[in-house]
Amino acid sequence: MQYDMQPLWLTLQLAFVTTVILFCIGVPFSWWLANTRIRIKPAVEAMVSMPLVLPPSVLGFYLLLAFSPEHWFGHWLDRSLGLRLAFSFKGLVLASCIFSFPFLVHPVQAAFQNLPKSLAEAAYSLGKSKWQTFVHVLLPNVKPALLSGTVLAFAHTVGEFGVVLMIGGNLPNETRVASIAIYDEVESLNYAAANFYAGVLFVLSFIILLAVYFLNRKAQK
Amino acid sequence: MSAALTINAKIYKLLQGVNGSFALDASLQVGKGEFVALYGPSGVGKTTLLRCLAGLDHPASGEIVAQTQGQTQVWFNSAQRIQLEPQHRRVGYMFQDYALFPNMTVRDNLAFALRKGASKQRVDELLAMMELGALQHHKPMTLSGGQRQRVALARALASEPEMLLLDEPLSALDASIRARLQDEILRLQRSMGITTIMVSHDVGEVYKLASRVLVMESGKIVQQGTPVEVFSAGQTSGKFRFTGEILVIEPMDVMCALTVLVGNQIVRVVAMPDEAANLQVGDAVMLVSKAFNPMVMKL
Repeated sequence: MQYDMQPLWLTLQLAFVTTVILFCIGVPFSWWLANTRIRIKPAVEAMVSMPLVLPPSVLGFYLLLAFSPEHWFGHWLDRSLGLRLAFSFKGLVLASCIFSFPFLVHPVQAAFQNLPKSLAEAAYSLGKSKWQTFVHVLLPNVKPALLSGTVLAFAHTVGEFGVVLMIGGNLPNETRVASIAIYDEVESLNYAAANFYAGVLFVLSFIILLAVYFLNRKAQK
Repeated sequence: MSAALTINAKIYKLLQGVNGSFALDASLQVGKGEFVALYGPSGVGKTTLLRCLAGLDHPASGEIVAQTQGQTQVWFNSAQRIQLEPQHRRVGYMFQDYALFPNMTVRDNLAFALRKGASKQRVDELLAMMELGALQHHKPMTLSGGQRQRVALARALASEPEMLLLDEPLSALDASIRARLQDEILRLQRSMGITTIMVSHDVGEVYKLASRVLVMESGKIVQQGTPVEVFSAGQTSGKFRFTGEILVIEPMDVMCALTVLVGNQIVRVVAMPDEAANLQVGDAVMLVSKAFNPMVMKL
């Protein structure tokens, strides 16, 4: 029997795009969070961690409200940028970024905090700019955390269901990712197809995690 | 070699100590090519003073002015809100934990420190000078304490600093390596004529290296002069004086035997029972002995 590969491709695309965006935003943000002394730091940290405890449907519900053209934010997005985020791939990417943010930020922030302060100070007094210090001294010394943070964010995006269902719906080629497809196939009693998608996700997740633990063990040697 | 600089600093900053807060309130002048030691017990603000000079900490008020090759540069001025970044101070700072970059080899640590446009040859020169050639492809994790200290010193020099700031450079090392590295620091400092300020709480080290010592107590400089002036003032007598800590008190027939830790030596002395009566294990004591006939042996 021939299965529709589209949901799997869409899942991988979503996870890949989300991970790239998260890496670019999340790594500098983690550094900032590890070093900042602003008073509202606990509030910022709580906000970042919210997706860990909230039911995905709650997040999805509010995002759906905000993205809908009737809401002022969705209206503004539509009018000024021509962006319709509800029931679209772009909306899924944004929601996934928010939802997977803590999975990248937590390990990376902890790793930055564990670096001795004297490393950056030594680089500064050797005449190196903040950027040079960040790239050549700080980042290479948090490599294991970068790896596990990136992979966790990727894997978590692959496994997302609630948020995607709320704001993405089930549009083929647009928002019908693998986790949604499984649910859909089971609903229509098409167990063979559901089994296929589920099996692929199962194996994929295992391989990803195996790779992380394997690489981390190698890095520690 | 790069030109040495002179420093004029007035620094004020509130610090948190074990017994509440106290003010770091010190002014110091350091001349070109001088080797100055900041001496005092831990927690009196020596390291903070050094960090203020490097620009890693900022005084609450005060002024730091550096002069090099006839040019005057204001590093810090609280009234004018000037605060020069550590990047622009041309200071070689040696951290107590050495702060070597764990991701780079010894060679890369030095190469990273080079200034823009500096010749790569400088790395080879420094590696040779500090006898690090054989270790150049090792990561800092695999080095011993003494080797790390040498790498840290070489790295500080690689950036062609005009001043060296050494924060208890040798405190983590054992006595024999310490003596060797002291010689090395002294040789480098003399040959380059580089202005150097060192934090230390070791009298021997200060004697050996520094041409001038500033004694600090709870944030203030309370005494300064050459090490001989400071440490032997009024004490150049025919007596040895050692301070130590009582480890054991053993009453004997008519006397009392005290076991005392002096530096890292344990000595056993006798005391009269009335002397020993008000002593307890753990007390700090001073041992005074006549020195008219010591045995002197060359090492």
